[in-house]
Order: sequence, then structure tokens, then C-alpha cells
Amino acid sequence: MSGESSFQTNNAIVKWIEYRLPIFSFVNDAVVVYPTPKNLNYWWNMGSLAGIMLVVQIVTGIILAMHYTPHADLAFASTEHIMRDVNYGWLLRYMHANGASMFFIVVYIHILRGLYYGSYKAPREILWWMGIIIFILMMATAFMGYVLPWGQMSFWGATVITNLFSAVPIVGEGIVTWLWGGFSVDQPTLNRFYSLHYLLPFVIFAVVFVHLWALHHRKSNNPLGIDIKGPQDTIPFHPYYTAKDLYGMGVFGTIFAIVLFFAPNYMGHPDNYIPANPLVTPAHIVPEWYFLPFYAILRAIPDKLFGVVAMFGSLLILFVLPWLDTSKVRSARFRPVYKMLFWAFFIDCLVLGYIGGKPPEGIFIVGGRLATALYFAFFLVLPFIGWFERPKKLPESIATAVLESSGGSSGGAPDGAAAKSEDRG
Amino acid sequence: MADSTGGDGHDPGRRDFLYVAAGGLGVVGAAGFVWPLVDAMNPSQDVLALSSIEVDLSGIEVGQSITVSWRGKPVFVRHRTAAEISEAEAVPMSDLPDPESDEARVEKPEWLILVGVCTHLGCVPLGQQGEFDGWFCPCHGSHYDTSGRIRKGPAPLNLPVPDYVFLDDNNIKIG
Repeated sequence: MSGESSFQTNNAIVKWIEYRLPIFSFVNDAVVVYPTPKNLNYWWNMGSLAGIMLVVQIVTGIILAMHYTPHADLAFASTEHIMRDVNYGWLLRYMHANGASMFFIVVYIHILRGLYYGSYKAPREILWWMGIIIFILMMATAFMGYVLPWGQMSFWGATVITNLFSAVPIVGEGIVTWLWGGFSVDQPTLNRFYSLHYLLPFVIFAVVFVHLWALHHRKSNNPLGIDIKGPQDTIPFHPYYTAKDLYGMGVFGTIFAIVLFFAPNYMGHPDNYIPANPLVTPAHIVPEWYFLPFYAILRAIPDKLFGVVAMFGSLLILFVLPWLDTSKVRSARFRPVYKMLFWAFFIDCLVLGYIGGKPPEGIFIVGGRLATALYFAFFLVLPFIGWFERPKKLPESIATAVLESSGGSSGGAPDGAAAKSEDRG
Repeated sequence: MADSTGGDGHDPGRRDFLYVAAGGLGVVGAAGFVWPLVDAMNPSQDVLALSSIEVDLSGIEVGQSITVSWRGKPVFVRHRTAAEISEAEAVPMSDLPDPESDEARVEKPEWLILVGVCTHLGCVPLGQQGEFDGWFCPCHGSHYDTSGRIRKGPAPLNLPVPDYVFLDDNNIKIG
């Protein structure tokens, strides 16, 4: 993206447009000749999958919005109308509801990939920040979307989550009344959530653009976590990674389709098929699965204000991660201590998720507190690991590492081909 | 900057003043536009207007409760038993996270009127449950006593008592 574009054409119409709006060279530089580390593994598919899921959510959402009514008396019925009467309404709604879950699965893997391979480290801190902002926006969007069907879980989830802000000293109650536009979750709340639920995906889209801008400026990290040292370390994005991403998309699409057609309610809650009732709280309310680890942290602290602070803190602490990690080595492949710590953190997140879905009693209270302490402990011990850990020897370059691992001649041929296409581009 | 532009005849102090004044006015103007946007999200006049209800108590026997809807929230109206009243009155203040005497929470001891919204995160607690014979919130495990006071769990405050008056022996007006 820096310097003169390599884009060339003899087509007069393309030239005419290109002179006025350099869109062809932009696309060419961004997704065709874009130099990409030649050693990316399948964990690097998640970025493009997340982008696809954003588009799927926006497209299905726009159609659903044509049939949905954001009114407290009609929202539940209009959702059922979509399911029963609208042509393919069931498909679109199940795609949208399960699509949110699939989007989160992909994004969680994407974040864990970044953690494992040190993608948050210099010079990618702002890229990392944009990712966290996207993640937070996604959570807000998903939360508000879940309120729209106006079932019992919608209503009480909205009540509990908006009440988190009442923990703010002095102005808390005022903030909650302002968020609701009334004295409880009601028609004004539903109406504004609908408005914001429609808006936020486009905000996400804009932040994704900045995320990609930063990415293309400093290029992708890679499984070795070492810098690109020259053209011998890269291959053009097309056809190598367009093909790899398309293959991943096929696998992902198959999994999505299996969930969609055979278990569309597996990740939902039966209580949400009961219309919202402001006078009765369901016996066991839980948020959607993708919020459970954070919900477990909220409940682990027996104080309202500090519980809320810990929950938001567990997200916001990711912003300072690039400075908490003092090691210069990015990839966990070369960091034996960090690698163990990463897996401990990963398991801890799963445990938090499990506990978040259980009632707050007995063993789950103790377990939740322990797992919450471990979550934060990960960030607190990170600075010290960097000081005493002895990293393994890093390879000289991506190219030499690739040639060594593929074992001589068999690795040489595609490498030569890649280099040639680089010359041509 | 202030001392480098002396040669062209402009008074630098005056120019700085104009920058600050214009910028300041712009900020005030922007804030004046933002406030209507923010305030439009506050409760509207019709929501504020629906703020009082009357409840007939004559049908509620001792030991029974009813739940009425006030401002979209549940309000518990409980005809307390003698045992519940004495239990509530016997609790020492030192046992309460949010100390408040039972007398201060009722107009007449047999009628307990509470906003039925857990002060933790807004769920509706279940009546005559929990470790203190009052209310128990199923969401995050807060226990309230027979006066609706928080005794155990993450909720920080007692269940609020709404403003109400006895219109006569059998009717109250809430709000």
C-alpha cells in the first residue's frame, strides 16, 4: 500500500476510471499482489471468516428488519410471524441468530490466535486495539439484538445488563433511567435498542476498515512471529491465500449449515419462546454462551460495584496487554513458559464459561472466584515471565524456516514459483 | 507564535483571543445541540405521567401478598403475619448491611409495601423464600428478610419502599 502501485492495464475503460478513482490499483494492492508471509497456517483463516460473518449478519438483518416490529406489544408476535409466515423467514432468522454465535466462535479463535502468536506486540498495538474495539461493539450489538424478540430471556437479560450501570456511584440510577427511557425496560428501551442494533454493525464495518488499514501497513504476523525481511519471505495474497481462505470458508460453512439445519436452537434458551413478562423473572437466567466467562467474573465478586468493575476490567485489560508482555519474542512456539501460561489461560476461560452457565451456589461460587483470580493472574505474571524466560532460538528468516521444515527439494519448487510470481507482480 | 508575528501589524494577543473565543463558542454551541439528543433519551412526558396507582387492600388476607405493576415495575403488597412482624422488629441493626429499622419501612406494621426489584441487577425476587423468610432473588442469590431488607448476597441495598399513602383503611395510593 506504500509507494507506487504495480497495477498495469491496457483496457481503456479501466484506465479512464483508474485515472479518476484508483479503485483497481487499490483492490490489486490490497488482495491480489498484497505480500503475505508464506508460512501462515489455518488459524489465520479466522480474520476473513469474521469479515464474511459480518456481511452475513448485515444482509440477513436487513431482510429481517423488513418484517420485524419494534414494539413491546408486537415484537414477539412479529418474530413468530417471521418464523411461520414470511417466505424463508425461519431460514433468515435462524441464520441471523446462529450467525451471531458463529461470528463469536470465529472471533474468539481469532483473538486466541493473536494471543498465542504474539500478534498484539509492536508494531501492531493499534491493530490490536481496533480488534478489541470491534469485539466490544460486537458484544453490544449482540446483546441488543437478543433483546429484540422480546421473550423472557430478552427482557430479563436486558434488565440485568442495563442494571450493571446502576453500580456507578451517585449517577448510576440516572444513567439506567436514561438508558431505559423510563422506569423499567419497556417500549422506549426496545425501540432504541432496535435503532442501535441496526446502527452498530456499520460502525463495526468502519472499525474493521481501520483494523485492515493498520494490518496492511505493517503486514500480517505469522506463526514464527518474526518480521518479513524481504520478498523471499512472502507470497502474493492471490491466489495463495484467497484459495486457502476459500477452503476454510467451505469447512466453516459446512459446520454453520449443520448447526443451522439440525440444531438451530441448541445455543438458545427455551425461555425466550415465552413472551416477556415484567412481573416474573425466570428461575435461572443466563446470558448467551459468548458472554458466560464475563458473567462468571461479574458474579464471582460479592460486591455490586467491584463485580461490575471486574467484569469490564477483564475486557479493558486487553488494551494494555502489549505493554504487560515484556518479552520481545512474539510466537509462543519459542516461549516455553508463555506457552504453558497461554494454555492455562485458555482452560481458565473455558472454566469461567462453564461456571457462568451454572447457578450461583456451592462449588460454583468458590470455583468462579478461583477462576476469576486466575484470569487476572495471567496478566499480572506476564511482565515477569518476559524477564526470566529463556526463549528458544529464533529462525533466521521465514524463508529459511520454511525451506528447512519442508525438507529440501520438495519445498524448493513452490518457493521458486512464488518468487517468480513476486517478480512478475 | 505570539512574539514572532509582530512585524505584520497584527496584535498577536488579539488574534489568540479571537481563536479562543471562536473555539469556545463553537464548543458551547455543540454542547447546546448535544443536550437535546441526550435528553430525548430520558423518560418522555407520557411515561412520567403514568406515575401513580391506587390499590384496594380489602381482599388480601393475613399471610397473603399481591403484586401490582407500577411504572412498569412489580410492587409487592404483603399482609404480614404477626410472626413476620416480630421477626423483622427483633433484628439488631448491626446485622444489616443497609441498616434501617422495620418501623421506618412501614406505615402500618401489618402492611409491607415494596418495589419488587432486586437492588443488585433488577430481577424480581421470589416471595417467602431464602434464609430469612422474606424474599430470595434467583438471579444472583440475594436474600431479603421479612421487612425486605438485604441480609445476604451481592445486592447492596434494601428493597425500596415506594412513596405511598393510606387513602382510608383499605386503599392506598402508590406514587
